[in-house]
Amino acid sequence: MPVIEARDLTKAYGDFLAVDHISFEVAPGESFGLLGPNGAGKSTTMRMISGSTLRSSGELSVLAMDPERRGPEVRAHLGIIPQADNLDEELRTRDNLIVYGRYFGLPLSYLRPKADELLEFAQLTDKAGEKVQALSGGMKRRLTIARGLVNEPKMLLLDEPTTGLDPQARHILWDRLFRLKEQGVTLVVTTHFMDEAEQLCDRLIVIDHGQIVAEGSPSALIRQYSTREVVEVRFGSERNAAMEPELRRLCDRLEVLPDRILLYADDGEALLEAINNRNLAPVTQLVRRSSLEDVFLRLTGRSLID
Amino acid sequence: MTEPIVSDHGLDHFALAARTRRFGAVQFLDYRLRAERPFLITFLTTALGNPLLYLAAMGLGLGAVVQRPVGGVPYLLFVAPGLLISTVVTTAANWGTWPIFSGFKWEKTYFSAGASPLGARQLVLGETLGMVVRLLLQGLIFWLIGLAFGAWGSPASVLAVPIGIVAGLAMFTPLMAYSATLESEGLQFNFITRLIVMPMFLFAGTFFPLEAMPVYLRWIGWVSPMWHGTQLSRVASFGLDVPGWLIGVHVAFLVGCAAAGLWCADRTFARRLVK
Amino acid sequence: MSGDVRVPGHDEAIAPTLRRLRSRPRWLAGLYAGNARAVIGRGFRVIRAQNWGVIATGFFEPVFYLLAMGLGMGQLVGELPGPDGRPIPYAMFIAPALLATSAMNGAIYDSVNNVFFKLRYAKLYEGMLATSLGPMDVALGEIFMALFRGLLYSIGFLGVITVMGLVTSWWALAMIPVALLIALGFASIGMAVTSFITGFQQLDLVPVVLLPMFLCSATLYPITVYPEAVQWFVKALPLWHGVELMRQLSVGVFTSMTGVHVAYFLVMSVIGIAVASLRLRRLFLR
Repeated sequence: MPVIEARDLTKAYGDFLAVDHISFEVAPGESFGLLGPNGAGKSTTMRMISGSTLRSSGELSVLAMDPERRGPEVRAHLGIIPQADNLDEELRTRDNLIVYGRYFGLPLSYLRPKADELLEFAQLTDKAGEKVQALSGGMKRRLTIARGLVNEPKMLLLDEPTTGLDPQARHILWDRLFRLKEQGVTLVVTTHFMDEAEQLCDRLIVIDHGQIVAEGSPSALIRQYSTREVVEVRFGSERNAAMEPELRRLCDRLEVLPDRILLYADDGEALLEAINNRNLAPVTQLVRRSSLEDVFLRLTGRSLID
Repeated sequence: MTEPIVSDHGLDHFALAARTRRFGAVQFLDYRLRAERPFLITFLTTALGNPLLYLAAMGLGLGAVVQRPVGGVPYLLFVAPGLLISTVVTTAANWGTWPIFSGFKWEKTYFSAGASPLGARQLVLGETLGMVVRLLLQGLIFWLIGLAFGAWGSPASVLAVPIGIVAGLAMFTPLMAYSATLESEGLQFNFITRLIVMPMFLFAGTFFPLEAMPVYLRWIGWVSPMWHGTQLSRVASFGLDVPGWLIGVHVAFLVGCAAAGLWCADRTFARRLVK
Repeated sequence: MSGDVRVPGHDEAIAPTLRRLRSRPRWLAGLYAGNARAVIGRGFRVIRAQNWGVIATGFFEPVFYLLAMGLGMGQLVGELPGPDGRPIPYAMFIAPALLATSAMNGAIYDSVNNVFFKLRYAKLYEGMLATSLGPMDVALGEIFMALFRGLLYSIGFLGVITVMGLVTSWWALAMIPVALLIALGFASIGMAVTSFITGFQQLDLVPVVLLPMFLCSATLYPITVYPEAVQWFVKALPLWHGVELMRQLSVGVFTSMTGVHVAYFLVMSVIGIAVASLRLRRLFLR
């Protein structure tokens, strides 16, 4: 039985449809991703899952319960890591964890050792007595993530979990999430980072303008919507557009972006050689593997981060 | 005429800088007035509402239970100049705290303006000019409503408007200088509103002559711009009996506070901007 | 994948939570987790860590009004008729009114400005509602904390006016629960009002309502100075009932209106709580 079941889920703010009739299922223990640009409706979907935003129409069941009618029960099982840190600025670091655990109704005898364990995990043990205001951005992020684990959640909702973290901290967090997944925790992740989606997600849906535009595993999506490799060439801002007809003769699909041209091919090196043989002389050139960014570009005609 | 800024080669950046040095305060005033335009309705509501409310409640309502003349005139005439001054000085105090702090801390207006040729001095003068505009409008509206209440003793009472501007600045510029030194939002403003502005409003001779207070509380009036401004306005409105030398003291106190505040603000703004 | 996946530690950890959730009334299932005490516990932790100066300044405001008006205006006004018609000193006339006003101001500030700030800027409630708490736990906890602060202030103020000899009856002790009743009435209405607020500019309207109410509710002079029509309008305002009730308690003189004053606030609280409950989803689950 799926842990999340959404059918025609919709959220309207006035005339604006933030989430527009989306349907999906998440299996227990699965790592499920929502990929899309800012404003696509990912966070709103997450908030509906936890019952902290009311849906406008459609059906939603989380752990076989309606989060609107039994929000407290649903959230008792969830760990929620919001996009923007919403730590309690009036409390100190350790008290943030304890008070948050009290909101779940957890006893202090459980929370005291748990708080110390989580501080250790977030590498904040020596900041336990500091005011939250005094923490750096990365520290606040780690504390927010640690806080979401206070109730040993069965399912984690992570909204842009690594935004604002440095590369090392991202990898530490991904490692920790892998371990939770191994323990059977279901992960639901929104992200606009392709590498994060590729790293973390077994399966994902691509959302744009509140609608699902594609669904599948990262590798299947790349196979389906892109080629194996991509050649990126730059001719300078004046010449990029003018080169398009010439390049079209060399490959079936290309995208002209403001600063560069992307050419899709299964053998990138061969295509690049063909370009150079014609003396087209790009200023810079690069062959790389296809990524979800290319999938998104193909599906929406837009770049993911814009 | 200043030298042309746009030449065949594009903008003349030196001419631009020279002009900013001379007229920067006005350029910043332009920003301030634009930024406040969305709040015009709120501003007008309070500018109209405060005099109506205070003149009705304190002048007429409270006046009804004050049987004898105060300062030689009926209570309404006595209290009206005090109400005008304390209203504009309170506004000035509010503007000298949160908005200035926010300009450094949250909105960071001063840092973005400081990245242009504008310097600390132009920002300080620009904010002060903005304050003058608001105090002028607020004072005039108050005076006109006071006319309708019959709250003024003579046409010279209109002098309460310029007096209010100076008294407001005597409050605004020192607070502006202080607010520019604050790094984090603490409780300072809370203390300023509740322990300085509020007691001033209550104790500094707005509602009753300072002499009605025990001697050990009168100093609150002596050190507050509200009292000095109020006394001057009373002289203008109904000729309150104040010796000439004391009028001089009132004027000197207000002008001195405003000038000293400006001088300090120039320094604290400069220090904050280059830090 | 099929069947339920067991997460080690999960069931044990949240067992007490689920036990509590099972024991609450079913019809409140989406709104209430029976755990307002966690919100209250948070409030006390904040107070403990807070600068006591801030709490003290809230206490000074009515005291300043009392000192300035009582001492200064008292010189000009002299005496005014008390609740039983006999003249009382001016300070004695305004002291109970200031207690009622301070209960109103504190409750509104806590339930409107404070709640809106925590909702929109501090995102405090977003964090609370990511846990098994429901909106009603948050609302009850916050109203409780507002009443607790009101309790501290009214005890302090009653102490001051007692020392100044401005109360003459043991009934004055009842001014504390009455201050809480006034605060409850205003706090519940305030919370309902907050659910309609969309931007912080609208908070400017709060003093536009409170200041006139303070000035005209027979706080600083008797209601008899008004023409009859205005008197009826003032008598419809909640603060006037609070002021009159406090004045009666301070000297221990009661009239047939006493019951009306109490009833006014009871009805106001019931309506306020009902509207606030209906608006809780709108307030917290946007």
